[in-house]
Order: sequence, then C-alpha cells, then structure tokens
Amino acid sequence: MTNIWYHTNWRGKAICLLLLLAFVAAPIVADRYLLSVLILVFYFAYLGHAWNLLMGFAGQLSLGHALYLGLGAYTATALWTLFGVGPWIGVFIAIPVAAAAGMLVGWLGWRFAIEGVYFALLTIAFAEFTRIGFDHLGITGASAGLFLSVSSEGADKWWNLGGGPLLYYYISLILAVAATVLVAGLRQSSLGYRWLAVREDPEAAQAVGINIFRARMIAMLISSSMTAVGGVFYGFYYRNLFPSQVFDIGRSIELILAPIIGGLGTIFGPVVGAIILTPLGEGLTGLMQSLGINAPGAKLIFYGIMLMIIISLRPDGVWPWLARQMGLNGSRK
Amino acid sequence: MTALLSVRDLSKHFRGLAAVSRVNFDVNSGEIFAIIGPNGAGKTTLFNMIAGAMPPNGGTITFAGEQIGGLRSDEIARRGIGRTFQVVKPFPALTVEDNVVIGALMRTNSLSDARTTASEILTKLDLIAKRDQIASSLTLPDRKRLEVARALATKPKLLLLDEVMAGLRPTETDRIVAILRDLNKTGLTILLIEHVMRAVTALASRILVLHHGAAIAQGTPEHVLRDPAVIESYLGAEAL
Ligand SMILES: Nc1ncnc2c1ncn2[C@@H]1O[C@H](COP(=O)(O)OP(=O)(O)O)[C@@H](O)[C@H]1O
Ligand SMILES: [Mg+2]
Repeated sequence: MTNIWYHTNWRGKAICLLLLLAFVAAPIVADRYLLSVLILVFYFAYLGHAWNLLMGFAGQLSLGHALYLGLGAYTATALWTLFGVGPWIGVFIAIPVAAAAGMLVGWLGWRFAIEGVYFALLTIAFAEFTRIGFDHLGITGASAGLFLSVSSEGADKWWNLGGGPLLYYYISLILAVAATVLVAGLRQSSLGYRWLAVREDPEAAQAVGINIFRARMIAMLISSSMTAVGGVFYGFYYRNLFPSQVFDIGRSIELILAPIIGGLGTIFGPVVGAIILTPLGEGLTGLMQSLGINAPGAKLIFYGIMLMIIISLRPDGVWPWLARQMGLNGSRK
Repeated sequence: MTALLSVRDLSKHFRGLAAVSRVNFDVNSGEIFAIIGPNGAGKTTLFNMIAGAMPPNGGTITFAGEQIGGLRSDEIARRGIGRTFQVVKPFPALTVEDNVVIGALMRTNSLSDARTTASEILTKLDLIAKRDQIASSLTLPDRKRLEVARALATKPKLLLLDEVMAGLRPTETDRIVAILRDLNKTGLTILLIEHVMRAVTALASRILVLHHGAAIAQGTPEHVLRDPAVIESYLGAEAL
C-alpha cells in the first residue's frame, strides 16, 4: 500500500482523499434512503474485493461465494439468538467456519486438478448442498428462516450491531476502505505476484518455484474469510435469514458484478464497479416501486444488460479506462 | 569434475510410444552440455522429467547428490534447476519486468531485491529497454530471451534451455551464444537442447544425440559429429 500510495500522482491522491472525505461526511446531508444505497455500495465494494482476490488475482472462478456469505451470516446470527454471543465475538467464529468450507472446496478442486469451469461448478454445488442442508436444519429455523429479535436484552446496543443506519453506514464504509487497503497491500507483496503468476500460467509459475496449490489455498482462505465478515454484516443488517435467499446462486452472482464491471484483477475495480452499479440497480427498484410495477427479476435482467454493454465497450472494465481518462498513473492496477 | 546431474536408465512412454528409453548421461558442474536429435526424438520429454513437469516411468535422476525424479516442478526449481519452455510460456498480461521479478521472488521475499535482480538480468539479456512492455506484445525472439531471463532470475545452478535459438537471425544467435558463455564463466552449468549447430559447436563441451527416444551417441563435438550413425539419422544430407 505504501508503495502504491507513494507512486500515485498528486491527482490520484487528491481524488482518493476527497472521495473518502465525501463519504465520511455524507451522513450530514444524506437522507435515510441515500444512506441505505451507500451502505449497499460499500457492501458490494467489500464483497467484490473478496471475490476479486480469488478470481482477479489468483485466477480461480468461484460462482459459489454465497456459501461463505451464508455461513458467516448464519454462524454469527445463530450464536446471538441461541447463545447470546454478540457479533463482535461471533465474527471470529464465523470466519473459521466459512474459511474451513473454502479450504474444503479448494482442496477438492485443486488437489484433484478440477480446473476452470469445472471448478466453478464445484463451487456452485457446494453452495447448493449447503442451502439444502440449512433448509432442513431445525436449530436455525430451517426454511422458515432465522430472525433477530429487536426486543431481547441489549439488542439495540451498538456492541450487538443493534444501532440505526448510521452505525451500519460507518461499519460498511470501514469494511470497504479496509478491504481496499488490504488488497492493495497484498497486490504489492510477493504473495500478490505469485498469485498473478499462477493466474497467468500455472505451469510456468511452478517452474519458477511457486507452489500453485498453496498459493491458491491462501487466496481462498483470505477470500472466504473476508466474505464471511460480509455475511455477518448481512445477517445483522437485514436481521432475517432464509437459506433460499442467502445461499442462492443469485447472491453469488450479484457479488461478482462490481469487480467484473470495474475491472478484474485491479485494486479499485470493485469499488468503481459498486459505485456505478449499485445506485443504478437501487434506482431502478425505486422507480418500479413508485410506478407500481412488481417484477422481482427486473434488477437481475438490468444487471445482465449492464454487464453486456460495459464488457463490450470496455472489456478490461471501467476502472483502467477511467484511470487513463483522469490522467492517473498506474491504471493497470 | 563431479557430476551435477546424473541421469540413469531414464524412460518415459506415452501409451505405446517410447518417447525416452533408458537414457544415461552425466552433466558435470560448470560445463555446457548439449542434447541434439531430430524432431520427436524425445528431447523435450527428457527435459520435462528432469524439471519435474512429468514423472518418469523408469530410471533415476540425481541432482547435486539428491534423487529428484518424481518431485514437483516447484520443488525441483527450488533445488536449483531453472528451465525455459520450447513453446514459450511468459506471464502474458504482465510487464517484462514483472515476469522476471516473479522469477527472482523464488530466492527472496523482498520486492526491491527482486527488482534489483530483475534489472541486472534484463540488462544482461538486452531486454532492459522493454521492461515496461506487456509480455504478450513482444516478438518471438524477445519472448525467448524473456524465458531465459525469468529462469535466470531464480539463480539456478543448472539451466535447462529448450531451443532458445530457434527462429533467431545469425547475429541474434551469436549474441545469445556470447551471453550464455558469459553466464557459464560465472559458474552456471547449462544443459541445452538446440537445433542450431552453429551454437552447439560454439558452446558445448559434450553432446548427447537422441533418436527415437534412445541415446545413439555421446561425447565431444568432434567425436559425435563425425559418428556415421549421427550423420545418417540426424545431420543427414546437410552435413554430407
Ligand atoms: N504429453 C505428451 N503426450 C503424448 N505424447 C507426447 C507428449 N509429449 C511428447 N509426446 C510424444 O513424444 C515424442 C517425443 O516428443 P518430444 O519430447 O517433444 O520431442 P523433441 O523435443 O525431441 O522434438 C513425440 O512423438 C511426441 O509426439
Ligand atoms: Mg522439443
């Protein structure tokens, strides 16, 4: 990070700081609705970073990140409703649970040379199995769902993530910024270079001493752990969980759109993608509601169209192009 | 002289085909050893077994006193064997410099050390002016040089070069020959597969000739290149 920051020109630094300042100050002027949209922007930027680490850097396509999201969400919310363990502790149990699932998927895939599309199918299969499992898991409400009560002791306190939108706003902002800093640091580390090598050509990577299995497993470990934290956020923000929603492939798909549109394998791609895509999607939903149209699939269709347009115009994503337009250096990052 | 690399009865077959059969040779520390032979003779397959890209079906490979046959290629690379690929395998979307930095990161975790090593090697291989180019935009001769640079960045004891001079102009060949000779003087042992006889005779102290997977001759260039069997099977009309 220090490295990237040091090498960024004054214009890049200024834009970065101004944007950050604007987000920090936004609650002064923004209404509840705008805050809720921004929360989603940060949330998708954060999850986009997590997924991009595995796909954009290490070159492994996961279409089942809902698995880690759902395990993170269920672990922390179940700990709270069943045992009264708050989310700030629960998150440290949610992370290893999701990471263990990630390691299992990675181990099965890479140990037995299941590559590319077949690996992606494996990730979908695991998310689906888990969804079916949770549909029948009585202790978490099975398919009827798990609800966080608002009336139980201490539920409205910030240390139980029970505050108002402002609390979620700043938590999501911190998550997004921290993920950006983490990813930038990893990209500039020897591990980051190893991931790029494995992505570009696994055989050549191995010939320069890289243990490709280990490099991929580390990427999976970090990616699934980060996603689990996003899941804890999701569980406490929405305060209800249904297996059919949280483990759905639609969840896995929606969290990969921002990095693809912003620029795969770039540091700021997931952020730029989330800033472009989320307000448009939410705006569309709002518009349809005010017009009284009820078409639940419309947002996904809209995302699909956006994806096609942007990928045909900017195959590398919006960020590399945008960075050039704004005269920023290091646009490939 | 001690053998840095010893190959004994090494064999590999692909279904019915004996790609390499019971090949024996030693590469001494500090020498340049060449493997020649017609296309399909099994040269690349032999390299792939030494570098760990594929396991042998029989025989042993000893490197610096240790059995390395069947180890993974990253384990072998770490023991000090660097390799190039006949069909070049750059990291295409990365810059020339980053390609070499990744090689250098095998011996250090410090990026600045790796960059220093990379720029020394890029200078040596006349690629320094192209350091910021994306590897996929290079011409084939430059990509071949990048293969050598990336392998050298791992600071190998033994360097395996698979037809790095194919397709080069004679002046470019001479340049690579001079570079390899320099590297060899600094103590690097080189095992090379080469069709360009001008380079082989200029560099190699000993030659092994493969034909249909078997070693048909072995020895000094003067000896091997006069061998009737070699002339018939490989050098053919060209030499006569
Ligand atoms: N991975 C493989 N699978 C099947 N056959 C192979 C494979 N690699 C090489 N061969 C066969 O083995 C023989 C030797 O090939 P190779 O080692 O590439 O020869 P050379 O490098 O001397 O031109 C050829 O007949 C080739 O078709
Ligand atoms: Mg060959």
